[in-house]
Amino acid sequence: MLDSSAGRAVGETPPVVSKSVSKRRQGVSDRAIAWLFVAPSIFLLLAVNIFPLIWTVRLSFTNFRVNRPNAEVQFVGLKNYISVLTDGDIWQTMQATAHFLIWTIVLQVLIGFALAYLINKKFRGNDLWTTIIVLPMMLSPAVVGNFWTFLYQPQIGLFNYAVGYLTGTDPSAFSMIGDVSLAPWAIVIVDTWMWTPFVMLICLAGLRSIPSSIYEAAECDRASKWRQFWTITIPMVLPFLMLAVLFRGIENFKMFDLVVQLTGGGPGSITELTSINLKREAFEKWRTGYASAYAVILFVTVFGLASIYVKALNKVKQR
Amino acid sequence: MSSYSVTEPSVRQKWAAGTLVVVYALITILPLLWIIATSFKSPSDAIAYPPKTVFQPTLEGYVNLFTTRTRATEQDLKELGEPKTWYDRIVRKDGFIIAGPSRFLERFSNSMIIGFGSTVLCIVLGTAAAYAFSRFKVPLKDDLLFFILSTRMMPPIAVAIPIFLMFRSLGLNDTHAGMILLYTAVNLSLAVWLLKGFIDEIPIEYEEAALIDGYTRFQAFYKVVLPQAMTGIASTAIFCLIFAWNEYAFAVLLTSGTAQTAPPFIPTIIGVGGQDWPAVAAGATLFLVPVMIFTIVLRKHLLRGITFGAVRK
Repeated sequence: MLDSSAGRAVGETPPVVSKSVSKRRQGVSDRAIAWLFVAPSIFLLLAVNIFPLIWTVRLSFTNFRVNRPNAEVQFVGLKNYISVLTDGDIWQTMQATAHFLIWTIVLQVLIGFALAYLINKKFRGNDLWTTIIVLPMMLSPAVVGNFWTFLYQPQIGLFNYAVGYLTGTDPSAFSMIGDVSLAPWAIVIVDTWMWTPFVMLICLAGLRSIPSSIYEAAECDRASKWRQFWTITIPMVLPFLMLAVLFRGIENFKMFDLVVQLTGGGPGSITELTSINLKREAFEKWRTGYASAYAVILFVTVFGLASIYVKALNKVKQR
Repeated sequence: MSSYSVTEPSVRQKWAAGTLVVVYALITILPLLWIIATSFKSPSDAIAYPPKTVFQPTLEGYVNLFTTRTRATEQDLKELGEPKTWYDRIVRKDGFIIAGPSRFLERFSNSMIIGFGSTVLCIVLGTAAAYAFSRFKVPLKDDLLFFILSTRMMPPIAVAIPIFLMFRSLGLNDTHAGMILLYTAVNLSLAVWLLKGFIDEIPIEYEEAALIDGYTRFQAFYKVVLPQAMTGIASTAIFCLIFAWNEYAFAVLLTSGTAQTAPPFIPTIIGVGGQDWPAVAAGATLFLVPVMIFTIVLRKHLLRGITFGAVRK
């Protein structure tokens, strides 16, 4: 989705209206209309997306602080970048983010694919049940995340009660969001609950795109179901699955609302993901220059990783 | 005689698959049902152990959500006399009196204004841009589309610093206009992307016929293309609306008073002595249930939006 090949994925552009027809149209020229139609969008995106980004880059070379508007702003070169990269806390944050990213993707891919595979068996009412499974991802992560803190309460929380009921442990003996060893899993569970349907929907689209004639041919060749699964189903769904992983990866690298409401980065800073850490630097400690450098580093990281990933994705598609 | 197909699952397979999916669906929807149930509980029922599934329903949570209350003194009670309304009675039962309305209604209508405002603006700008990208030779088209998409990869916090500064110097901080512009920009990339897909599917012959009949480009656009793209526009609009409705990061950083939306507000609802969970649940219910109903009713149109256009008809 990140390079020009994405345009093809969504659909070939229809041919431009033939010359003879365009010559007969009256009024404004097509060229003028094209610009008239595109310009407002481009302008808005430049003003609200690109201009701030350039400003961030500029700020990242200064010692500017929002809460000290009258202090003299000095250019400090790469100092901010060096202090970001040598800060031990940031590496801990990165570790927390990596744990969150890897486990949510693994769980969501496994459960999401399994669900899509089952739904594709076309049992009666699969449409309605699919919609019910999709519900969590349509809701506000902040509001839902906040309510999950209630479900995670020791003793009175529904989650603890259910775990206690199923495993026989005392529901007041553990606290999912208060315990250092459990909190990283608490956020993985809620994110998986919320976003598995997304992976499921994309897998379902992939499964439905496989023509049944391929399976019929395999059946004629007496290929076992097991073999059909590994040589037809998996390779044909793989590009879709990789796309889902890309979207989830980018989204969870940016993760803020759900986790900030669930744990607030705690206990201590064990679930302090990069976005939460960045927010703390920028809007609580008001180290604007430092936070800007941090933001630039994050953006370059996502952009770089995503570009490499898209290259791999296109290779898989071409196979 | 029905034709035998090797790809059609057997009845037993369908039953097994159906059962597993239904079990998963029931587990996944449980937390949502719990939110709704909690909103009708009394505070003591909400924190009972073991968790109560059968309880005496009360509107206390909703009353607490919409009002601010103070503890009643003997004198207050004497002056006010008997409670006059049903909500007075509910509050009085716990020894409180209603001091005034809470800010919930305000925050909720902010969510509506900003949500609908940004959706309309986004659709107007997005449809025009998508049409141009679909039908004309725009120089650097692929680069522009890529640029539009890449704006989604930025963490909101990273752009929030300069937007905060920019809005502050323009007087847009904590205003409806500022938030509408911001959400429009955030949604625009995806809207153009989705709408271009929809418009690409409309055969170009219709417009050519209209142009030959003497329509201008503009007339051909709004008399021929727009009516045909309506389903696509509607599903993109729903998607934009849900995003703006749910957004939290920008809202919490850039609004604090007049333009604050419901997502940053609901978690701050605190009762007297510990969090008032029924009131929080009541706010969450009012905020989430419209989206749930939307999703179920409009499920056929939503799928493409939520999978970023990866799912095609």
